[in-house]
Amino acid sequence: MVEHADIRMVHRGGSKINFREPVFTNDSRFLLCAAGESVKVYSTSTEECIHDLQGHTDLVTGVVLNPLNHLQVYSCSADGTVRLWDFTDGILIKTFIIGYPIYSIYVSEKHGGVVFVVVPMANYKSSEQFQLVAVHLPRSGDQEVEARELSAVLCDVSPHPGAASFGREGEYIAAAKDLQLEVFFFKKQKSYRFSLKSGIKKGVKNAFTCVSCHPKEDCIATGHADGKIRLWRNFNQKKEYTYSTLHWHHGAVNTLCFTPEGTNLLSGGIESVLVHWRYKQENQKDFLPRLGAAITHIAVSPDGSLFCTSHSDNKITIIQSCVKVSAVIQGLVKGEGVWTNLIIDPRSKALVLNGKPGHLQFYSLHHDKQLYNLDIVQQEYIHEEGLDQFEVVKAAFDTHGDWLATVEERRKKGSELEVNLKLWAYDKLTQSFVLNTTVTAPHEDRITAMFFSPSPETTMLVTTSLDGHFKAWLLADHSDTKAEGAFWSCDFVGGYHLLKPGCCCFSADGSLLAVGFQEVVTVWSPASWELLTTLSQPPGAIRDLCFGRLSCSKYLLGTSTKNQLCCWNLLTCSLEWSTPMDVSLLQTDPLSENMAAFCNQSGSSDLFVFKPSEPRPLYSQKALCTGKVQHAVFAPRDQMLESCEERTQWLNRSQLYFVTQHMDLLTFSTKTEEDRLLASRKQLVVDDSVAVTPFYLLLGKHRMQQLEKQEVLPNPMAERTQLPQGSIAIKELLHTPAHVLPSASFLCAMFVRSLLISSSSAREEKEPEEEEMESEKEEEDSEGEADSRQGESAAWGPSKELGAPALTKAQERELRRVKTFDHSWLSSLLDC
Amino acid sequence: MASFKPTKIPIYPKLGEKVTPDTLYWKNYKAPVQIKEFGAVTSIDFSPLAPHNYAVTASTRIHIYGPFSQEPVKTFTRFKDTAYSGKFRSDGQLLVAGCEDSVVRLFDVSGKVALRVFKGHTKGVHVTDFTSDCYHILTGSDDYTCRLWDIPNSTELTSYKEHTDYIRCGTTSKLNRDIFITGSYDHTLRVFDARVEKSVMTMDHSQPVESVLLYPSEGLLVSAGGRYVKVWDLLKGGQPLVSLKNHHKTVTCLGLSGNGQRLLSASLDRHVKVYNTTNYKVVHNFDYAASILSLALAPDDESVVVGMTNGVLSIKHRKSPEEKQEVAGKQRRRPVYRIFVKGRNYVPKKDDFLVSKPVKSHLAKYDKQLKRFNISKALDTALESWRKNRKPEITVAVMKELDRRGTLNNALAGRDEQNLSQLLNFLIGNVVDPRFTPVLVTATEMILDIYKAVVGQSSVVDRQLVRLQELVEREIDYQQDLLEVLGMLDTLFASSLPRKEVPCPGSSRPNGLAEGGLGAPGPQLQAA
Repeated sequence: MVEHADIRMVHRGGSKINFREPVFTNDSRFLLCAAGESVKVYSTSTEECIHDLQGHTDLVTGVVLNPLNHLQVYSCSADGTVRLWDFTDGILIKTFIIGYPIYSIYVSEKHGGVVFVVVPMANYKSSEQFQLVAVHLPRSGDQEVEARELSAVLCDVSPHPGAASFGREGEYIAAAKDLQLEVFFFKKQKSYRFSLKSGIKKGVKNAFTCVSCHPKEDCIATGHADGKIRLWRNFNQKKEYTYSTLHWHHGAVNTLCFTPEGTNLLSGGIESVLVHWRYKQENQKDFLPRLGAAITHIAVSPDGSLFCTSHSDNKITIIQSCVKVSAVIQGLVKGEGVWTNLIIDPRSKALVLNGKPGHLQFYSLHHDKQLYNLDIVQQEYIHEEGLDQFEVVKAAFDTHGDWLATVEERRKKGSELEVNLKLWAYDKLTQSFVLNTTVTAPHEDRITAMFFSPSPETTMLVTTSLDGHFKAWLLADHSDTKAEGAFWSCDFVGGYHLLKPGCCCFSADGSLLAVGFQEVVTVWSPASWELLTTLSQPPGAIRDLCFGRLSCSKYLLGTSTKNQLCCWNLLTCSLEWSTPMDVSLLQTDPLSENMAAFCNQSGSSDLFVFKPSEPRPLYSQKALCTGKVQHAVFAPRDQMLESCEERTQWLNRSQLYFVTQHMDLLTFSTKTEEDRLLASRKQLVVDDSVAVTPFYLLLGKHRMQQLEKQEVLPNPMAERTQLPQGSIAIKELLHTPAHVLPSASFLCAMFVRSLLISSSSAREEKEPEEEEMESEKEEEDSEGEADSRQGESAAWGPSKELGAPALTKAQERELRRVKTFDHSWLSSLLDC
Repeated sequence: MASFKPTKIPIYPKLGEKVTPDTLYWKNYKAPVQIKEFGAVTSIDFSPLAPHNYAVTASTRIHIYGPFSQEPVKTFTRFKDTAYSGKFRSDGQLLVAGCEDSVVRLFDVSGKVALRVFKGHTKGVHVTDFTSDCYHILTGSDDYTCRLWDIPNSTELTSYKEHTDYIRCGTTSKLNRDIFITGSYDHTLRVFDARVEKSVMTMDHSQPVESVLLYPSEGLLVSAGGRYVKVWDLLKGGQPLVSLKNHHKTVTCLGLSGNGQRLLSASLDRHVKVYNTTNYKVVHNFDYAASILSLALAPDDESVVVGMTNGVLSIKHRKSPEEKQEVAGKQRRRPVYRIFVKGRNYVPKKDDFLVSKPVKSHLAKYDKQLKRFNISKALDTALESWRKNRKPEITVAVMKELDRRGTLNNALAGRDEQNLSQLLNFLIGNVVDPRFTPVLVTATEMILDIYKAVVGQSSVVDRQLVRLQELVEREIDYQQDLLEVLGMLDTLFASSLPRKEVPCPGSSRPNGLAEGGLGAPGPQLQAA
């Protein structure tokens, strides 16, 4: 099949922003962090993404500020390059090609023009061993420079960026790996190694996890896998080094960081508590508990006013001097799995999937931003390894988004399963979902599928479970009882020969319910709960069921585990067609007849988009990605595309999103659409780098008026429409304080002119007069501002005269006015 | 930074009947007053006049009780045999009663001797009633006839002999002086018009009719017989409207509440059921000690009087509003302490800058301890709360939370004798409660594992362990019995239900397999 150039796969959102430690800029207004293959610049006050520095071709593995110029930033990547950026404008300045994949980057003020990077050791092909090398960045004007001048500093280091740190004023670098801490002194060109006992026999895990050096004193703080923090001193010799131990964390210390003055030490781990140790008074510590997820990195702004913590749930929290969370930058949370499938919230059109443990996240696809988290489990999450906690495993919306059903389950080791079914009603007032009904143990075993009936008359939910039953739940109004409001209760329990149901599906109008009981598909009428018919296609259990939509609503499609895709005609109750295909996922587009089938073939996934009534697929794409496509969903578009081309027509109404094995969210898009998106995004970028000052307010207003004037002048047609505003001149005259008014003779002429019946010249005259008055007023407020303006107009005058001999009357008058104006101040300006 | 989420205490559904306005209304009666009569109480009738005395027919006498007296205010004893159906006239002045000796007697309520005696029936008269014009009397007898009598002349006006069995119930129309209805053991209800020679309407109840009742509008007729209560639409020519089968023995008496919104039926199965007259659903149920023969409601439902086969008359009076208030007042708890917050009522002015303080959420004591990871203390607090107000939900929820945190074992360990016996006490009290069993079984297993080394050191703990063991064994036996019953029921159902074939339109090809095999033009989805 032809490869369609116009349809392409696009990464959509959700790059990891917690992969590496974020960096504050010197003025703490921006936060730079590595996000996938780009570096993102966030505003620390508004949480907005201001720039996306794109250029790397592989994962960005480190970001550091240029120590020589604090408006520039170095980034390193696994593609073997170090790039220098101007982050205020988002411009790539230089690219240094190192040639080896880089795992982390360190810089120090003392070593200008040198960056220290961790690369795999050249002689080890297995790339299991890493070394720290110093790279001298050549000074050259070229955009792309090859930097081949590498000198090894330390061998056998950890590729983890937290495992090495520059000491006081860059005099030494400390690196830790496993049970060994190595300190290299640049002056002496000598390194010392300190080892800890493994202590595995005693059940202690002494391995180093992270290192941080005190910025002012000779002290190295190291974190360990058993939760201890050791402070090393006197380490410039082999023998008489000392260390003291701090212990609060019960899990491994993930990250350590000294504040810029060295007065405090921050540490974080899986407990998701930011611990704030006072340096030299270590028994005094502060905590900032319940930050949401395990802390992976901590960064401190250069002035020490802001801290920021990266969390394992793809979140960056900005904290003001350790007491208050001021901002949260949240990416798409990628947990251990998406058990709920991808769902589209019909109300907000947001993508809904598992978020933080026990939560559902609502993720806006159009803005690539998390809207909110809905707490489903409503229990305190204990941040500890090896605990079985409740997880949201199923979720479903009804057609209007008024109801949300969720299933949470917890499987204890060797104990029975705990399942809760919760039903949430949408509350218009709070714009959120409110818990309506909780059903404990709705089934005796796992729930395999859950769907709302799409029929507009009833609100019905159907759940199927491995206990061999499917249940229908109805919203019942129990107004005769004391409990106010409606709640959900079980209406019908169905089964078929004690077979285990695996999937179910409602027809588009809600008049039919198909339940797949292993090899048999049963079709029920939800109105009377009558078993209408059974269909089966023996080899293989039914994996997925889908009713056709619109003109294809007479078809029922099913996939079986034995590589079959079957299509039954419901009118004749017979098999229409079947084809051998290992379909792992079948999805229907709610807005058209199209269906998407993802197939597994030799380790990669293929996509077919087809109509059940037509024998030829509309679109097919081979080798979409490696591995199985786990989940997919058709998201309706805001505006319909008007593509007439046959190949892309299926993308007109909705867009297909899917999640690969590696939890990447991908979608299909056409070229034209991408271009349009790009253009609109450029417009949207708000440049908040220019702060609003009183001076800007004055000058900005003035400038804008000037611009307006320039626009207005050459267009007398536009002027005429504003005729009724003629009295503005009079208003100005009456409302302006007397002491700033020009001389009476001047005013008189203006007044008389304003009374004249409209002619274009009179209108045009008015504007400059006003302008002048205003400028005079402003002159009092700010001398300099008016200066610049008047200077400008003075400079403009003669050139106009030269360039355009035929002047309009208005221009002449303007000239005259400028001439008569007092220019004494200008000469003083020119003098200085 | 999120706040601590407190432990969720699940709200368990209250077992038993639901609280509806009906149950509240019908439960709002005092404890019944019981009066022993000489024989089975066959009929009760309220006087339509103000104090609403009621006539109770039992054995060979008729007692008239005042609304609150426990002693009869008047007694009529001039019966040779068992009296039946003592009925007041609509002005409350006269009382008529039938008798097993076939004589119908008419009394003045204030007098003692019968004013009139109507003789003519040949067998016992079970039905008597006044017509709406107050001058005639309707009687129905075991000689299969019903007759109309003139009071002033004490003569028989008409006699209808259409029924073919005993006439045991009947009623007259309150709107028309000529119309009356009788029900008989020949399974029929007949509507008679005194102006016509024959019955004008016949309805088949298909059970011996024990009681009939006319709605105040007289458009609907209710009849009781056998286990059925049937409602008939008289205006549609006696069309059956509903048939209710809520009793498991013969329904003996019918009644209507004061506002006509609720229908009551009394039965030999010792129940009185209250129906909603719009949808004919049972909304309430009274239980009595013996089979009920008669039932009457005072006007405005001020009291419910029920007569039983063992001769006990049970009277329930409605609670007066003052008493109700008193009970409610007792339940209302006064605040234990009062906090005055300074400036609480202060409304910020327009230009005020409002500094909002974070609202501190109140946490229960065990939640505070859980927040600080003091697990043993949290469990102690939860047990304490169970001892104080017997709410096992809280204790179980805390145990569940500890189990979720993986620290239940630690919290249960390290207890002394007293502590452990408290814990065991709690388990003995609640482990067989199906709502708590999943959590408490885990806890019990953990306790046994932890403390098995020290078994035998304390007699108190040992005794409790033995009790626990007995409890569990008994529960297992019980469950086994239940499962056996369930199995029996399943076989019964399976044999009684008709086997229904699944309809299959394409019967020639059961599941479409043949069609598919014939090589239908399937799409070629394989990518080339």
